[in-house]
Amino acid sequence: MQEISIVVHNKVGLHARPAALFVQIAMAHQSKITVLKGEKIGNAKSILSILALGVNQDDTITIQADGADEGEALEKLAKLIEDNFGECR
Amino acid sequence: MQVSEKTYKGIPASEGIAFGPAFLFQAVDLKIPPRAAAPVEQELKRFEEACQKAGQELEALKADVAKRTDAGTAAIFEAHQLMVADPMLADSVRSHLEAGETIETAVQAASQEIAAMLASMDNALFAAREADMRDVGRRLLRILLGIPDTSADGLKTPAIIVSQDLTPSDTTRFRPDLVLGFCTASGGLTSHVAILAHTLGLPAIVGLGEEALSHIPDGSRLILDGTRGELVVDPGPGTVDRYEEMKRQAAARLASIQTTMTREAVTADGHRVEIGANIGDADSASEAVRFGAEGVGLLRTEFLYLQNSQPPDEEQQVEAYRRVLEAMGDRPVIIRTLDIGGDKPPPYLKFDRELNPFLGWRAIRICLDDQALFKTQLRAVLRAAAGKRALLMYPMISSVEELRAANALLAEARKELESSDIPFGSNIPVGIMVETPAAAMLAEHLIRECDFFSLGTNDLTQYTLAVDRTNERVASLFQPLHPAVLMLIKKTIEAAHQQGKWVGMCGELAGMQKAIPILLGLGLDEFSMAARSIPEAKWLVSRFTIARAKQIAKQALSLPTAGEIEELMTGVLTETRGESEK
Repeated sequence: MQEISIVVHNKVGLHARPAALFVQIAMAHQSKITVLKGEKIGNAKSILSILALGVNQDDTITIQADGADEGEALEKLAKLIEDNFGECR
Repeated sequence: MQVSEKTYKGIPASEGIAFGPAFLFQAVDLKIPPRAAAPVEQELKRFEEACQKAGQELEALKADVAKRTDAGTAAIFEAHQLMVADPMLADSVRSHLEAGETIETAVQAASQEIAAMLASMDNALFAAREADMRDVGRRLLRILLGIPDTSADGLKTPAIIVSQDLTPSDTTRFRPDLVLGFCTASGGLTSHVAILAHTLGLPAIVGLGEEALSHIPDGSRLILDGTRGELVVDPGPGTVDRYEEMKRQAAARLASIQTTMTREAVTADGHRVEIGANIGDADSASEAVRFGAEGVGLLRTEFLYLQNSQPPDEEQQVEAYRRVLEAMGDRPVIIRTLDIGGDKPPPYLKFDRELNPFLGWRAIRICLDDQALFKTQLRAVLRAAAGKRALLMYPMISSVEELRAANALLAEARKELESSDIPFGSNIPVGIMVETPAAAMLAEHLIRECDFFSLGTNDLTQYTLAVDRTNERVASLFQPLHPAVLMLIKKTIEAAHQQGKWVGMCGELAGMQKAIPILLGLGLDEFSMAARSIPEAKWLVSRFTIARAKQIAKQALSLPTAGEIEELMTGVLTETRGESEK
């Protein structure tokens, strides 16, 4: 299993379109992917679960991936967040 | 003539003639019939099938929306697709099934629970996803119940929408390129559908009555005449020819009107009036300019307050007002402060149950009670006004004290901004809406403490005539050309002019052709209306001299009934149009 911690700078946090993009990338991977914010745990392949985390701007989240493509999954998800979701809001 | 042809009469709500098949719209009734639950795996299989079908529907919807609007709107349906396939939803559905429920009740319960969870989140943006979850739940349930999609998505070919009533969310869901016109059994001139149809430039009839609705089969051939309020079902060839000729004439007149559209509004003898638009957001500002608006006579700010579970903060408001001001360039924009009430309460204001919301806690009354809420808006308007032609207007004033209290808060807001060195529009003119009979009667006092008046004739009519315009049974008593209303308008204009101040009008009356000559004659300085009405209004203004308009106004005000005034004005308009064709 691998994990990374990352700050979400996007203006609206992991909401609506950003959350959808995040979940779509997660779903394209086989690994089990979990997102942690504080004490809350969410399934990266569930948009409802990601929305329920309530990730706001400047929140730090931890992403854990476990499976065959765990490295690639984390890399792609981190890149999405670092690129500010392609500036989408 | 064919025997089957039938004509029904309703209230003409938006001008124009449309030909096309009827699309019977009804919000689908998702009633779950009781049945015993099958084994869990069997119920789950139906859930999977329903999810698959929902995914397909959404895929089609998404592709369709992407084609005609922007990718952002299509993304809503992408999020819905993800929700349909979501493991959290599936888990919740499964646990309901394991508790012995049927798949229908399980889906309903699961989606409502998740929606409630989202609604309880303290960030408004997240909470707003509640509506998406509910929408997805309804879609799945509808599929499970085997009910075809007769909602807005079901409209696939051009048609005239026929319905009991239409909410704003219903109406905006139709593909605009497929809607030929609207026709509802209930409603009056100021119902949402009437206003929307006008904005879209589509013909509409409202208040057609239940009886008529039951005689219009889905798909039947219709002629909708929004100018006269007539709906012809299954018209014969003669009737079709007659309406086609009328439509041709109207189109020819429109072409001539479009040439006066971009010019200033001037009477035949060179007297200048201003014709502006009523708008509700920045997107409609550019449309207003396109139709020849010389300003915005009414910017409604409610849209900012009703879209989220929290009131908009100062920055959000400044940005929204700035966008409108920028879209309007150097044209003036009158920003009306919050005008809401118990009839459509925002989630963050606690309303007691009101027997008469229109006589209750609303508009300026709320703002003077919740001063923090009001001051945020005043500060935002002041800031947005920096270097722009913004004007500020308070709604629903019924006493001098209210105007004083509002102005005192405005002075405080100015002082705060000044001491924090935040730039703002220091010379912003301040006006009030005259929409209660009390304000009209007190006009001479009120005008001494503000810079202008704007007559809100929808409410002024409602309050003067004691008629609830949304009540079908008395809707026909809602007569803006009622002599009592016209007398109050006259009094208001005279009081302001005596003090050298100007008077505008932002109610429906300002765009009503039968009213325009009277209003010109009474000395109204500014007319603000739905953008689509502007070209014709400018044309009409150009046909009258002030002397003739004054004479018409005098004659109209001498008549004892709205019916006689209407009759007089029908004659005036026919005569004016006749002259122009010579």
